[in-house]
Parts: sequence; C-alpha cells; structure tokens
Amino acid sequence: MLLNAFVLALRTIRRNLLRSFLTILGIVIGVASVIAMVMLGEGTTAHVTNSITKLGSNMLIILPGQERRGPTRGGDNFKPFDFHDVEALKQEITALRAVTTSEAKSINAVFGNTNYSTTVYGVDNDYFVIKDWDMEKGRKFSASELGSGKAVCIIGKSIQKELFNNLDPLQADIRLEKFSCKVIGLLQSKGAAAFGQDQDDVILIPLKIFQRRISGNKTDISSILVSMKEGVSTQRVQQEIKLLMRERRHIKEGEEDDFNIRDMKDIIETLSSTTQMLTMLLGAVAAISLIVGGIGIMNIMLVSVTERTREIGIRLAIGALEREVLTQFLVESVVLSSIGGIIGIVLGISITAVVTSVFEIPFIFSQNIVAVAFIFFMMVGIVFGYFPARKAAKMNPIDALRYE
Amino acid sequence: MSSTTPLICLKAIKKSYGEGEAKTYALRGVDVEFFEGEFVAIMGSSGSGKSTMMNIIGCLDYPTQGEYFFEGVNVATLNRNQISLLRRNFMGFIFQGFNLLARTSALENVELPLIYRGMKAAQRRAKSLEALDRVGLSHVAHHQPSQLSGGQQQRVAIARALVTQPLIILADEPTGNLDTQNSLEVMKLLQKLNCEGITIIMVTHEPDMAQFAQKSVMFKDGCIEKIVENPHAS
Ligand SMILES: Nc1ncnc2c1ncn2[C@@H]1O[C@H](COP(=O)(O)OP(=O)(O)OP(=O)(O)O)[C@@H](O)[C@H]1O
Ligand SMILES: [Mg+2]
Repeated sequence: MLLNAFVLALRTIRRNLLRSFLTILGIVIGVASVIAMVMLGEGTTAHVTNSITKLGSNMLIILPGQERRGPTRGGDNFKPFDFHDVEALKQEITALRAVTTSEAKSINAVFGNTNYSTTVYGVDNDYFVIKDWDMEKGRKFSASELGSGKAVCIIGKSIQKELFNNLDPLQADIRLEKFSCKVIGLLQSKGAAAFGQDQDDVILIPLKIFQRRISGNKTDISSILVSMKEGVSTQRVQQEIKLLMRERRHIKEGEEDDFNIRDMKDIIETLSSTTQMLTMLLGAVAAISLIVGGIGIMNIMLVSVTERTREIGIRLAIGALEREVLTQFLVESVVLSSIGGIIGIVLGISITAVVTSVFEIPFIFSQNIVAVAFIFFMMVGIVFGYFPARKAAKMNPIDALRYE
Repeated sequence: MSSTTPLICLKAIKKSYGEGEAKTYALRGVDVEFFEGEFVAIMGSSGSGKSTMMNIIGCLDYPTQGEYFFEGVNVATLNRNQISLLRRNFMGFIFQGFNLLARTSALENVELPLIYRGMKAAQRRAKSLEALDRVGLSHVAHHQPSQLSGGQQQRVAIARALVTQPLIILADEPTGNLDTQNSLEVMKLLQKLNCEGITIIMVTHEPDMAQFAQKSVMFKDGCIEKIVENPHAS
C-alpha cells in the first residue's frame, strides 16, 4: 500500500511539474537563506571576536588625558609621553612582557615609478612581541638602528605586492616623503583585521626617525602599548603603572591623573557586544525569511486546493480509501519537502562556504540551524500539503468533486 | 445470486438541500429496485433528480431520508472504508462531467482504478489499453484530457468505468457529448457489457438511446413517474 502511495505520489509530482518545482523552490530558498544567513552571521562574529582577541587580551593602552567614556576630545591639551616614559616602564615594571609605541601616519611611499599610499609606524622591537608578528624575510631593527634612528624599514606583505610586484624587497631603498630608507625586513602576512582593514599594509621604522622625519616632533609619544606577562593581576599592574607615571609626570597627591590606562579586555567586551547584536539582527532576518518562505509555500499549496480537492473526489469515487489518499498526499509532501530541504541545505552550505572563503572569514558549521531550517520547512511543506488533503478526504466524495 | 434479492433497492429515498425556507427537494421519495444483469435507462427532464439518484446509488452522496440496500445490505450501516471498497470492487462510475484527472494521460486515467485494486503494472497497462481499444481510443492513449475532444474524454471515462469489469456500471449521460454514430457505438458497447453480465444503469435524455435498455424509469420532480418495459430490447 505504501508502495502504491509512493508510485501515485511520484506520478503526481511529475505530472504537476510547475507546482512541484515551485514548492521545492520555496523550500530551497527558505532553507538555504536561513542557513547561509545564520552561519555567515556566526562566522563574522567569530571572525571579529578572533581578530579582536588577536589584538592581545592581556594588553593595556596608556593614553594622555583624563579617563572618560568615549574618545578624547582633540581640544584637550594633555602632556604627551616621551621616549623616557617607555624606557622607565620597561625597566621598572617587571610584570610587563613588552612595551612599545605605535605612532602612525599616513604617507606616500615611492619605489622607482611606483607610488603607494600607506601607513608608517614608529616602533621598537617590542612591537613585534605585542603584535605577535614574525618576519618572513630579513631581520628586525638592531639596537644601534633604534638608538640612532637610522633610515631603515620593515614592510608588510601588501607593500611588497604594491611597490615591488612581489619581488624580493630586501636592501631596496624606498622613499617616504622627504627621506629614503632601506628595507631590512619583510613581515609575515596577517590578512584582514576585524573591520576589514588590511593589516599587511604597513611600513615600520624606528621610533626615533619617525619622530624626527615624519611627525616632526622630536619627543612626543601619543600612546604606549604594554603587554603583561601571563598570569599577573591586571589590577596590580595597572596600579604599578599608575604610580610610576604619576611620579614621572609630577602629579601631586590629591590631584587627578592626567593620563589613563585602558584595558584591552574592556574594549573587546564592548566590541563583542556589538557583534552579538549583529548576530541577533541576522537571526531576526533569518526568522523573517522563515516566515516569508513559509507563506510562499503555503500559497502555492493553497492555490491548488480546489484542483486537489477535486482530484481527491475523483480518487474516492473510483474506490480509493481515505487513508490511501492521505498516505499518497503525505508521501508527496514529504518527498517534495525533503528534496527541497536537502537541496536547500547543500545550497545554503555552499553559499556560506563560497562567501566565507571570498571574505576570508571562518566557516562555522552550525548543525542547529541546519536542523531548525530543515525541520521548519519540512513541517510547513507537510502541513500545507497534507492538511487541505485531509480536509478534502473527509468530505463526501460528491462534495469534493463539486468543490470550487 | 438469488433473483429475489435485488442488487439495488431504494426505499422512500428523499434528498433535500438547504434548511428552513430555502429547503428544496431533489428527491421526494423514490422507491425502486434494480436486479443483477439488468440494463436500465433513467429518463426525465433536467433537474428532475436523476443525477442525484445516481450519486446515491454510487454511494457518493447520502440520502436525507430513506434506506438504500446494496445486495440486501443497508448502506447506512457501512463505514467510509467499507463504502470505498464497495465502490472499488463492484462499481464503475461514468460521470456527467467526466471527472478525469487533469494533466494525466488517458491511459493513466484508465489505470487508476486498477492501481487501487493493487494490480501489477504490466497487467494493469495491458488491461487499460484493451479498455481504451474497446472505446476506440487506443491511438490517443498518451494524450491528456486537455488534448482530447469532449466525446473522447467521455469515452476515456467509459473505459475507466469498464476496465475493472465491475458488477454494475452507473452511467450518467454517457452519450451526452457524442454524435449519433459514436453514441450508437457506445450503446452497443454497453449492451455488450450487459450481455457479459454487468448490470447497467444509465441516465439519458435521448429516447433512441433508451431503446437499448430493457426498461426505462421516468423521473419527474424528484419522483418516479412511471417505469416502462422496453419490448424491443435485445
Ligand atoms: N449541491 C446541491 N445543492 C443544492 N441543490 C442541488 C445540489 N445538487 C443538486 N441540486 C438540485 O437538485 C435538483 C436535481 O438535480 P440533478 O443534478 O439530480 O438533476 P438531473 O436530473 O441530473 O438534471 P440534468 O438532466 O440536467 O443532469 C436540481 O434542482 C438541483 O438544483
Ligand atoms: Mg444530471
């Protein structure tokens, strides 16, 4: 009997190709979009969280100016730091793993006839520790280069690509505005960061020469990055830094700090809550596509109710049992819904795979959403395929035959 | 098969539609008996209740009042499944409006009752082709109803009714859409089936066609006016 129902269902599917196709299409689109949307959302969230975490979770940033919510206003004129502050932190606070600056400026780099706009950072070797960055080729700065501020630079992969056409850049001289500087190292590729900026689009030079030739200001440092050793208490380190800086900046007892220390963790938390909202938003969009897809399928099914009711009338009049008719319709709905569901899953996952590889975000497979989407659309398909049939099969055959 | 038990026995059958003021009677008390092997014509003006009675005999519809016995069994005591099986195993129905499945080939339409009887595919196909051949349609076996003329559709419906070799064929105006030539062919076919032992109850407007039956039941306003034996029937 089940075999019969299967044969009949397949015949009906083949016979009503357009309707079957539309039903399958509705389910495919619904399932695929929900899966792609949610998995991409989760991938993006993971990506953002990842790259934020990569910034360093046990990292502090010391900025001039009083602590406040939000960015420091430009008008506030607080005493900047200088090179000696960095040295003092390095020497006096043992719980620190690395201390560096990351003074930055947008600049035009020129090699031969090629001209490329990028960002130059004034750093020391601790910068590589904090950023957890290694060299692909060449070397880091030597002590004397750092001490005297020699015109040498280390470049990112994107600079190699843009200026050197991926050829070996070592020992080449590139011009950074007013001065020329020798390439001594090439950084490993880091890829895109949290918000899409290219992390490899950098030129690193010793802080001294940055101050002298680029910022034009011989001593000022606008922020200090410190990385703590594993397992030390953030609060204790913050307290130590605070005391040291107060002393160095001659702040009297009772006066407020004219600098502030920010914990990367707090920044990470703020950013993660933003990405969580993104995920929730995508979830809402997915829910809407569930509903829209569901209504689409429902429409296709309901539009054909008249015809199907008459068909059921004919079958009953010819001697079909109510249960045979229902089994046939159930099988038909299940077959259509599962074909649609399976294609939808494959499509959804493929879309996710393609998009994640193009945008270089992690592919996060979530079997939950696959199951939810599949089951939801199976239910929609079955409910709207089966229940009108059930209603028709319970009618008097003559009423079903005359249904309009 | 005792000739004392009629195959079909209607007792004081009434059928009404609507409630209260709007209540109309399609049948106002029909008493009639049909015996196995009979070929009966039902005649009467349009709206006199012929189709209504046929539907009740075919168990597609239920009387408002009165009792219907099929081979001595009160149909009211059967459940829906039993009634479906009754239709499946004993009856063939030719509808006034054909009621073929759309977008389904003539052959598949004819095969349908055999599928529900659980017949094997090959045998089913052979039988259906044979039935289509009997109504002269083997050349359009793979056409869909929308590609067939009204008369061809009617003949597909006839093939579908006879393919199961039922005990009884209920034909509601089987020649309604046919020209005289084809009508005569169909009547000859029905007559032949009758000779093979199939009971036939047929509604018709045309006295010429009624001539093929052994008796004619005349309907008027939901009642049987008279029953005429036909001396010419072969
Ligand atoms: N579903 C219904 N609801 C209300 N009235 C109905 C319904 N079906 C039939 N009738 C009425 O019952 C009466 C008998 O209808 P029936 O179809 O039996 O006529 P008929 O004798 O077959 O006519 P025809 O020769 O035109 O086919 C008609 O007056 C019709 O209006
Ligand atoms: Mg009629």
